[in-house]
Amino acid sequence: MRTYSWEEEIPAHQVLAPDGSVVGEWPESLDDERLRSFYRWMVFARRFDQRALTLHRQGRLGTYAPFSGQEAAQIGSFAALEKTDWVFPSYREVAGMMYHGLPPEMALLFSKGHPDAGKVPAELNMLPGKIVIAAQILHAVGAAWACKQRGEDRVASAFFGDGATSQGDFHEALNFAAVFRVPAVFFCQNNQFAISVPVTRQMATPTVAQKAVAYGIEGIRVDGNDVVAVYAAMCRAVARARAGGGPTLVEAVTYRQGPHTTADDPRRYRDPQVHQTWVEALDPIRRLRLCLERRGAWDEAAESAWIREADERIAAAVERAESYPAPDAAEVLFGHVYAEPTPALAAQRAGFLAEQAEGGANGWPGAR
Amino acid sequence: MAVKLYIEAIHDALAEEMARDERVFILGEDVGVRGGVFRVTQGLQERFGEYRVLDTPLTESAIVGVAIGASAAGLIPVAEIQFADFILPAVNQIISEAAKIRYRSNNDWHCPIVVRAPYGGGVHGALYHSQSVEALFTHVPGLKVVAPATPADAAGLLRSAIRDPDPVLYFEHKKLYRSVRGEVPEAGEPVPIGHAKVQREGSDLTVITYGLGVHLALEAAEQVAAEGVSVHILDLRTLRPLDEEAILEAARRTGKVLIVHEDNKVCGVGAEVSALIAEHALFDLDAPIRRLAGPEVPAMGYAPTLEKAYMLSVDGVAEAMRAMARF
Repeated sequence: MRTYSWEEEIPAHQVLAPDGSVVGEWPESLDDERLRSFYRWMVFARRFDQRALTLHRQGRLGTYAPFSGQEAAQIGSFAALEKTDWVFPSYREVAGMMYHGLPPEMALLFSKGHPDAGKVPAELNMLPGKIVIAAQILHAVGAAWACKQRGEDRVASAFFGDGATSQGDFHEALNFAAVFRVPAVFFCQNNQFAISVPVTRQMATPTVAQKAVAYGIEGIRVDGNDVVAVYAAMCRAVARARAGGGPTLVEAVTYRQGPHTTADDPRRYRDPQVHQTWVEALDPIRRLRLCLERRGAWDEAAESAWIREADERIAAAVERAESYPAPDAAEVLFGHVYAEPTPALAAQRAGFLAEQAEGGANGWPGAR
Repeated sequence: MAVKLYIEAIHDALAEEMARDERVFILGEDVGVRGGVFRVTQGLQERFGEYRVLDTPLTESAIVGVAIGASAAGLIPVAEIQFADFILPAVNQIISEAAKIRYRSNNDWHCPIVVRAPYGGGVHGALYHSQSVEALFTHVPGLKVVAPATPADAAGLLRSAIRDPDPVLYFEHKKLYRSVRGEVPEAGEPVPIGHAKVQREGSDLTVITYGLGVHLALEAAEQVAAEGVSVHILDLRTLRPLDEEAILEAARRTGKVLIVHEDNKVCGVGAEVSALIAEHALFDLDAPIRRLAGPEVPAMGYAPTLEKAYMLSVDGVAEAMRAMARF
């Protein structure tokens, strides 16, 4: 009896070795200026992330999900998208979302619980970061179906982590997208952990990418800390989708250097030595800087000038977030459940306002 | 006015809405080539093409999840869940996603989808093709839930559901598909969501019901009328948001309220209706509220005796009416 099995181990696609040397095919469209822009964004994102953690410790920011270590995976993948493409991110895509056009203060306001942080600039087809794991992957398929039905030259991308690949919605999405050959790109950041559970407990296959085979679509495994390789892989996936070649599953192998969120303590589940390797030798920003220096495209003066500018931009974003008008409770609580409030909602809102006018000492009628 | 079967009213309203607005498209299992297992979508793929009547894989969460994404991109999806029993794999997409996207994006995004699902028993559907699942969703802010009882309302509420900017669950009772016939206005006017309808005027007691219950109540009311009992019947039509004003008015009208639904009693729609009446009209009542509902068992059995034992009957409703009238 002949049976199906997975025997072919394909190494993750790599263009930059950890020492910054070029070991793979360089994408044609990538010149030094673009590469510098990737680097600036990655440094900006890292410093933003670290600043957000500090703000949290100071009690100025609520729960926050850091992405440090995943900058190459995020900037490299978002860089392959057009502004008109559809983007369905998860909550850990803040670096990519900022690159795509989300103002940094909105990312901070999200962790301050401000409802306006759920909005994205009107010109973007990007939805707010999804909290429920894997649900957004299906939404990307729906948007991709709409693009296909209307004959539009757009792709729809879904971003998620390794944990999401255990959810039914991930599998339903890949299958559905494959059957209808919609212009979708599924980008998985395999950052090794879903909170505390390692990827080896998430799946018995050695890779996420090989799951594509079961759905009849292309899978790519890429070194997620190599921004050039991520960019090249994502460009291939996006180009295939745009040309009617159907969906692609891209797995970027990366590492979450920080906790799952500010409410997590990763020391309880991480191997300190493995951690040290990822944080030092395999760090994505270090790798790109070494590459740029080899090309003569970056130096210490450029570094310190950019760090100064990045920090100024972050400080300005913090200032804008902290001076942002507080939400109107009555509007937020009752205003956007439906397009038009139901009579019961309108009555609750009126009761809430009346109680507030009386000083709010007794709670409000709806709560009693 | 044309006289149509309940199922024809749904089919025709779907076709008319698709002809009116090219953003409207249908997706679901067997909806295309086969025209649906109940033939609700018969002929629509031939008329509107594969891209607008999409036969999907057997995947309920994806049917709703894809509908949500397509609606974000500007389409108006009408998703069919083949049997309401099978809506459960899609519950996360309905409750966490469709119902909340407007709220969590502070009005930046909305979700104009319709999810149609045939529900209810009486057609030998057994445990997994007979359930009433509407109450699972009437608890959820952000959703609208309708359950038409007549062909006119089936057409009119479907039109409203498709034109509504928010997600609407449209529950069609499968026993009504080919057993109920009625006049449907040619003009194709929508029936507004959130409005109950008095289906019979009366003065001795009020029945509040929906779906198949409306027809049982109407027939039972005829029976007891011959005995001198005058029954007022309110058809809820929309289960969320409930038409609170109409419910209270109907309760006050007679002072005696009998709630009838096929779904089981605990935390069913009747629980909310009776709570509303207790909160706002208790002193207008002349008798305790009574709920006549399906038994507290997981689902109805397949064997005819078991199905019959589960289902409400005209005689059962009539008996409850008599008892209430005597009180």
